[in-house]
Amino acid sequence: MEKKKEPIGSRLASSEGFLSVAASLICVVIGLLLGLVVLALINAEHAFGDGLMVILKSGFKSPRNMGTVLSNAAPLIMTGLSVGFAFKTGLFNIGAAGQYTLGAFGALYCALVLHLPWYLCLMAAMIMGALWGMIPGVFKAYLNINEVITSIMFNWIGLYMVNDIMYGKGKSPMYDMATTKTYSLRKAAPEAMIPDFGLSEKFGRLQSVTIAIFIAIALAIIVYIVLNKTTFGYELKACGLNKNAAKYAGINDKRNIIASMAIAGALAGIGAGLFYLSTVAEWNPQVSTALPVMGFNGISVALLACSNPIATIFSSLFVSYITVGGTKLSTQYFTKEIADVITAIIIYLCAFSLLFKNKIRAVLMGKHHDAVKGGKD
Amino acid sequence: MFLLLKYTLLYTVVLMMVALGGMFSERSGIINIALEGIMVIGGLIGVMAIQLMPAGANAFAVVTVSVLAAALAGMIYSALLAFASINLNADQTIGGTALNMLATALAMVIAKGFNGSASAKLDYSNRTFIYEFGPLTVNVFLFIGIVILIVSYIVLYKTRLGLRLRACGEHPQAADSVGINVYKMRYIGVLISGLLGGIGGMAYIVPAVSSWNFEVGVSGAGFLALAVMIFGQWKPGRIFFAAIFFALFKSLANIASSIPMLADLGWTQNMYNMIPFIASMVILAFTSKKSRAPKAEGIPYDKGSR
Amino acid sequence: MSDYIIEMLHITKEFPGIVANDDITLQLKKGEIHALLGENGAGKSTLMSVLFGLYQPEKGEIRKNGEVVHITNPNDANALGIGMVHQHFKLVEVFSVLDNIILGVEPASKRLGFLQKTEARKKVVELSERYGLKVDPDAMVEDITVGMQQRTEILKMLYRDNEVLIFDEPTAVLTPQEIDELMKIMKELSKEGKSILFITHKLDEIKAVADRCTVLRKGRFIGTVDVASTSKEELSEMMVGRKVQLVMDKKPMQSGESVLSVQNLTVKSKRHGKPVVNDVSFNVRRGEICCIAGIDGNGQSELVYALTGLMKPESGHIFLNNKDITRLSVRQRNESGLSHIPEDRHKHGLVLDYSLENNLVLKRYFHKEFSNHGFLKFKEIRQYANGLIERFDVRSGQGPITMARSMSGGNQQKAIIAREVDLGNDLLIAVQPTRGLDVGAIEYIRKELLAQRDAGKAVLLVSLELDEVLEVPDRILVMFEGAIVGELDPQHTSAQELGLYMAGAQRNV
Repeated sequence: MEKKKEPIGSRLASSEGFLSVAASLICVVIGLLLGLVVLALINAEHAFGDGLMVILKSGFKSPRNMGTVLSNAAPLIMTGLSVGFAFKTGLFNIGAAGQYTLGAFGALYCALVLHLPWYLCLMAAMIMGALWGMIPGVFKAYLNINEVITSIMFNWIGLYMVNDIMYGKGKSPMYDMATTKTYSLRKAAPEAMIPDFGLSEKFGRLQSVTIAIFIAIALAIIVYIVLNKTTFGYELKACGLNKNAAKYAGINDKRNIIASMAIAGALAGIGAGLFYLSTVAEWNPQVSTALPVMGFNGISVALLACSNPIATIFSSLFVSYITVGGTKLSTQYFTKEIADVITAIIIYLCAFSLLFKNKIRAVLMGKHHDAVKGGKD
Repeated sequence: MFLLLKYTLLYTVVLMMVALGGMFSERSGIINIALEGIMVIGGLIGVMAIQLMPAGANAFAVVTVSVLAAALAGMIYSALLAFASINLNADQTIGGTALNMLATALAMVIAKGFNGSASAKLDYSNRTFIYEFGPLTVNVFLFIGIVILIVSYIVLYKTRLGLRLRACGEHPQAADSVGINVYKMRYIGVLISGLLGGIGGMAYIVPAVSSWNFEVGVSGAGFLALAVMIFGQWKPGRIFFAAIFFALFKSLANIASSIPMLADLGWTQNMYNMIPFIASMVILAFTSKKSRAPKAEGIPYDKGSR
Repeated sequence: MSDYIIEMLHITKEFPGIVANDDITLQLKKGEIHALLGENGAGKSTLMSVLFGLYQPEKGEIRKNGEVVHITNPNDANALGIGMVHQHFKLVEVFSVLDNIILGVEPASKRLGFLQKTEARKKVVELSERYGLKVDPDAMVEDITVGMQQRTEILKMLYRDNEVLIFDEPTAVLTPQEIDELMKIMKELSKEGKSILFITHKLDEIKAVADRCTVLRKGRFIGTVDVASTSKEELSEMMVGRKVQLVMDKKPMQSGESVLSVQNLTVKSKRHGKPVVNDVSFNVRRGEICCIAGIDGNGQSELVYALTGLMKPESGHIFLNNKDITRLSVRQRNESGLSHIPEDRHKHGLVLDYSLENNLVLKRYFHKEFSNHGFLKFKEIRQYANGLIERFDVRSGQGPITMARSMSGGNQQKAIIAREVDLGNDLLIAVQPTRGLDVGAIEYIRKELLAQRDAGKAVLLVSLELDEVLEVPDRILVMFEGAIVGELDPQHTSAQELGLYMAGAQRNV
């Protein structure tokens, strides 16, 4: 994994980039070590060989496993981009889960009810996500209500709403009584499935391996370009870093806040589209009393990537990789949630990665360094 | 009707306790988004404590020990938030989010380990927690909750601790300049939220059912409590009324289908569940101009910057 | 028994990269008023923070009545009877005056800590009567005037029976008349045996109240002098290190047609809905510097916000070169010929976490020069930035790619001025452009304003500093409670007269 990060470091070609990567790696390593501790507490004898090593090795073990890693990474990249994009513009999009939920609804509705082709379904997912992202943006821009609180509320509103429609008291055209989930696209709407162009053959006939991963990577590159090379990105970042100065410079801060939340929502929505239109799984509207984990994992991969869109690709692959590793743990000794524990520990550590950065900087310089605090206004 | 009253009481107490916990944390200046996670951990440890009590133990002992265990677990877990945000100046929202995710994952790992099976479902007896007064069933947490409400009010407004705590949430530099230890006050605030959140988690799970699958955590109750806290404008009295309002709808979600008049409306459980969240957004939208969140909440306190 | 109540001997305090206090000695006699004089950045605040226990010095010792003491936090300072009125008041806005006074030393029941405020209230009322410090103990701090807030801060020290009182730049927020009042209170306090340390950079105030004065410059100890036998000029030279020529060589004004014309402008506060700018009308002409003077908080900020488009006016009109810009957006105003050096360079003037070059194009990144179909032209931006950096002598660690945050205050301000001046606009609004800067930077900025005036631009200067108001502009407008109450000619006005207008005691408009 350490090797994977290299290209980003050189791309950024600045010490700040290197420090970010180093800090993230420290988070990862400590996270894994603490994971090992948890494993050892549960079953000391098997903690290393049957525990940590399984988590770390399984992803590459078979083409099928690699396929699972890729098909899970694609939506994760999108939610990560969603959260990271918002971060770059000074907003905390904890609402990715809700936008993802709405995106899932948009995609599945177009697929199962309207029988539209996959790209239109994906578009619908994007639009629904954007709508749901826009709401907290509007609340923030016009009423100055913190986006975190609005996003949390709308996460739940969205979840209950989507479940209600998808279930439709059991009579919804999307709901399959037999499986208690939405109908499988493979049978009900094959035209809505994202094409694989023979990819699934390469990955042990795992049908969920589609071009989704390439779509995600392409979008990551586009987000990178928008943020760093355009006047639009300049404005968005200026708003995020200092709303007052942006206003003073004549940048329309309200429009930018809404735009940036809408884009973040769109990215999360596309994530859901990529997931459900690749048929990684079906939506379960009855048992879903919890928000989709993919949305919250977006926070982890964004943090791990320091919100850099390109780095998000790699952090998503990593998180997806250890999650798949977690599912391969022998149930005889462990449970698969250990991988979730590790990811959660990593975000917890990421919350103070700034501290790590300053520490590393201090070590590198071998002397005290004026720790510049990256505060938001 | 008694059923509705029973559930409303049950949820009022839960939401109120947890929201009061959040209030203490935020009044000291720390945003506590981890309430959900704290509830999960508190509930889990509380339930495990019930199970671990010897079969012959008397009712009082079971209740006391398990509630204390839940409270302690909540406090320990909240200390992780305190450590990250007070000692390491971490982003409080991110730290809280991480703890929420960790709580669910950890609860499943522990529950499965405790069960020794692949299921995160724990069974327990809740008989010692429930009292029946004629047709009305109430649980022990009602009494605990009332005491907590009164004590919270007194502590916040009538004691030295409360005055200092509030000062830290409003203007930590001012508090520091008169020799108040801001870090200590904020620790106290967060730990109280852990204590109340832990008990609240148990109060949510135990009286209602006799088995709980930790796969669902506490299904958003912690976030609902957060909404109650905001709805209650960080004030104990208002939090109490906000809790009743939210609890009413949450109860309706559970039992509307069994009340003929409401069943005729044809509203689904999801709709009732949605209402408190929508209501709090509406209220927030209308009160945003006047809303008085603690001024320094969310901002790490750094002695150096004055 | 020592003559001195407090001695700070050979104090050295270092921060990464700089020595904030280098071997400084300050000795405070009992019952005296001792001024601590120095420019911004001379190390006054650091020294006081050391005395107050907020910083630990690397070298040196502190003595109280001849005995060495260790002050590691404000509690220690308080226990030794040292109190401080900070420049930015340390008051909790949503608490009452009484709660603020007792915070930290609350009388409470021993076992459970229940507050017992009756005794405290009695003591506060008593103290406020004894020293003529009028306050309402039950008023919320957010509702009371700045003057009353300051009295609350003083009562906080007296309530704690402090005998050493530190005043950190206490007059910055007061009118000349309120300043006189404060001076009287300080003398009263010293008569009662309190020892006072008075931090300031205003020489008049030192001459008015202080017995002795210690001067710091660039973190070093320059000397302690007897105020009565030292002239203002000598003090000033000690402070700056050279003869200061803050009085400018001004060419005669060549004013032309009106550039900015404000008619009956009214702005309402977002917070309480009352007018904070009330029916204000004035003109600024080509080739003149017009200055809006007044005590902080009399509507100057809101007036500027309304002119620059950051706040919507309630009624009235603003004309820029005869074009009505009242309803235009910030961007449209900027493009119509308005430059703005904002009051708060960190809040409005700069995106601190943007590089210097990005900050230099903050108002023109979207122009054809710097963008192409929505993509930024990085090469052109770099070239442009380098040009400005050279012309305006903006110093920074890494040139155009330096983060604005890491630059010194003076250079940050220079960068803003470079950006605004280079827009070539007809109107330049400069709000407190020299605040918090050292003398060198102040001179530079005042010269630049004059250069703009001489180049035929219209300059609107908003300032709180009396000497700046009297020296720089060609015309003074005084604002009081949202209205313009006086128009004065700086050459025929004294500080005293200006003060009467600023306090609302006199008006001629």
